Amino acid sequence: MEVQAEKTSGAVNPDATVRVKIIGVGTAGAMMVKALPSEFAPASLAFVNTDASIPVGPQPQLLLTSQPLRGLGTGGDPELGRQLAEERYADLQAICAQAEVVFLLAGLGGGAGSGVTPVLARAAKESGALVLAFVTLPFVCEGNRRQLQAQQALAELNGECDAAVCLANQKVLPLLNARATVVESFQAGAQLLIEAVRGAWRLLQRSGLVQLCFQDLCAVLRENHEASCFATVEARGDARGQMVLEKIFAHPLLAGGEAFNGATSVLVSIVGGPDLTMAEVDELMRKISERCIGTRILMGATIDPAFQDRLSVTVFVACAAKLKRVAGGGADGQREAPVATQLHVELLNSEDTPRLESRLEPAAALTADQRAAILTKHVGKSGRVRKRVASPRMKQTTLPLDLVSKGRFDKSEPTIYKGEDLDLPTYVRRGISLN
Amino acid sequence: MFDSSSIVVGLEIGTSKVCVIVGEVNGESAPSIIGVARLKSRGVRKGEIIDPRAVEEDVRTVISDVENQTKVEINSVYLGVSGSHIRGFNNRGMHPVVSADREISHEDVADVVKNAKAINLPQEHTVLHAIRQDFFVDGQNGVKRPVGMLGARLEVDVHVVHGHLNRLQNAVRVVRGMQLEVEEVVFNGLASSLAVLTPMQKNLGSLLIDLGAGTTNYVVYERGVVRHTGVLAVGGDHVTNDLAYGLKVPQGRAEQLKIDHGHALMAAMDEDLNVEIKNDLGLPMNRINLNHLRRIMSLRLEETFELIAQDVAQKGLLEYLRAGVVLTGGGSRSRGITQLAEQVFGLPVTVGRITGVSSLKSSIDEPEFATGVGLIYFGSLKSRREQQHSSLFSTIKHALGKLLPR
Repeated sequence: MEVQAEKTSGAVNPDATVRVKIIGVGTAGAMMVKALPSEFAPASLAFVNTDASIPVGPQPQLLLTSQPLRGLGTGGDPELGRQLAEERYADLQAICAQAEVVFLLAGLGGGAGSGVTPVLARAAKESGALVLAFVTLPFVCEGNRRQLQAQQALAELNGECDAAVCLANQKVLPLLNARATVVESFQAGAQLLIEAVRGAWRLLQRSGLVQLCFQDLCAVLRENHEASCFATVEARGDARGQMVLEKIFAHPLLAGGEAFNGATSVLVSIVGGPDLTMAEVDELMRKISERCIGTRILMGATIDPAFQDRLSVTVFVACAAKLKRVAGGGADGQREAPVATQLHVELLNSEDTPRLESRLEPAAALTADQRAAILTKHVGKSGRVRKRVASPRMKQTTLPLDLVSKGRFDKSEPTIYKGEDLDLPTYVRRGISLN
Repeated sequence: MFDSSSIVVGLEIGTSKVCVIVGEVNGESAPSIIGVARLKSRGVRKGEIIDPRAVEEDVRTVISDVENQTKVEINSVYLGVSGSHIRGFNNRGMHPVVSADREISHEDVADVVKNAKAINLPQEHTVLHAIRQDFFVDGQNGVKRPVGMLGARLEVDVHVVHGHLNRLQNAVRVVRGMQLEVEEVVFNGLASSLAVLTPMQKNLGSLLIDLGAGTTNYVVYERGVVRHTGVLAVGGDHVTNDLAYGLKVPQGRAEQLKIDHGHALMAAMDEDLNVEIKNDLGLPMNRINLNHLRRIMSLRLEETFELIAQDVAQKGLLEYLRAGVVLTGGGSRSRGITQLAEQVFGLPVTVGRITGVSSLKSSIDEPEFATGVGLIYFGSLKSRREQQHSSLFSTIKHALGKLLPR
């Protein structure tokens, strides 16, 4: 049904269709591209990999390899992936040629995903396409090396492409039951990401009653993806508006609604049947905006006859970067799309609210030269590494001012219990305000 | 000379008060209280002496008070102590029965208790009490009185209460400085439990919490014996201090506000009720929001209970408290304190009444006197069981095995 509707509408307006290229990078990317449903048929698919052993079918594949590697992959070294990609930069550009929009699908953490994707993004950008990357971050259990590589790659990717949608696989775990197999877990992550791809795809292909365009998505996504997330919920029946709201605010990918606190932009895409009432839309948007005051909210609505009695809402929340750079990203996805009347872009709060800057910049990865330079700095004339480092070691110090006086216990021995000074008032320690 | 063996005196040098209770022990009957004196304490913080001179003056005053009251000359006291340094833990001791006929003698029992006490204490720490829990004869557990039984191996579980020697000595020195003998140093929480808990409560399993001004002492009984003891150096003083800090009033004012308007529950709050503070001339000086007062107080008390609950739960004893929680000490006068404790522990909570002594009820029927009365009770048990007089050197390092009734 869904696919049918897609095809019909795609046929209605063929000229408006944007030339989209979907490229799967690395093994994980290849898997995701292969798992794309048939509604993406108008887009041309391609693969870039360093490992020749992954069969990709009839679609073109660019195999990045060198003589010593013999097509066996990079062994999880992003530096190697990057070098290979730089060597074949012209080929990468050739893949992206003539595409107006390039979607990159990759699993960050390995050699190809982390190394090649940023280079490919740059190549695509230089060949004149809009570049949107959809990436997964590894499960925590995959080890911190992969996490680190993934984070670095994500940071690079942020600089190279127009927008990156990123899903931390770890966030998928709570959605699965305990008996889910490893394969199922990876597939679940891939499916969620495909959901995001579909959302972006729809934004490119179709228009809605209250339209959101691809640029809106890019604007929301751009540089916000450190801590952003997306979720799609659906409900039917009379109380669907209420049910949708409850589901959104309890959605694990949105941290049970916590994601709305501290969001910088929120994109809400509503798909309903012809019976969608204004009251439902109004309540939905009101409740969401109550949760995120002072946030830029973009709303899009589409009417689809197939959604009679149903309501589907996709929310994309971009948060100011949190301290931990464990990311979750996402895109809006209109669950269902066909055309209806066209109104123009509507922003509920169209003024760009000043976005909080990310306060913590990730330390740039040191090149081999820099590392050597630092090392030689600590090497004495004898050539041995000095034991004493000149700079003082990092130490947690306390401020000289005693901000909370301990009153009559000021001079007495503090009552330390499990690291807490019980002499300080409980409400101060627990951060409970009196007003 | 006056036969002082029938007179037992309990001295508690607490954070809020110095209190002396004089009791008379007549044979097997319950001790009777014949004199009580108390004075506001000045030199104690968190249960420990910080100003020995002030403490000495206070003790001297109360002792002479009670001597005038009872016409008894006091020459020895049971001294109650507390402080964050006091800890309790369980230990097991073993002793092979070597006699030819394998009959367990009193000496064997004394030896096994001694072995159980021989443990690695923290440095500078000394054993205050070693309370027998259960004997094992050749692995057979639950033996109450092993003397006369046959066996090759005698074991015993003891609950050892220990504290920092120097810090305990501070209190002892103050008392000795006044030519008073210290019969025994007793942990305040243990004393309170003796005065408040009934034998049934001890058997069913109960947690006694003595909410003092400087410290909160707690004791867990189960199957009639002490299973766990603990001290939290947080008490009513902390509530007052929190209020003084949070409401920006002096300590004295905060104490008065706590007594007049304090409530342990936030839920019982009235809507934004303000209290006017008047100065000495009766003119309004300041307004205090009662919501704030109760919130500060409730959070502190709740935290105190939570810490105790955590500790008791960690020892795996929370499930055994079939008689619930018993509160005593000055803090148990707070309004709503039992409801708060019920919320935290999920157990029935009562405020303990002093039992086990005969006296003019009204004179000692206050939760503050639980420790003092407990000291009398302790002394009466000891003098009853120990026929010979305590020697001068039996002050601190003393086995208390014969302390508790079965």
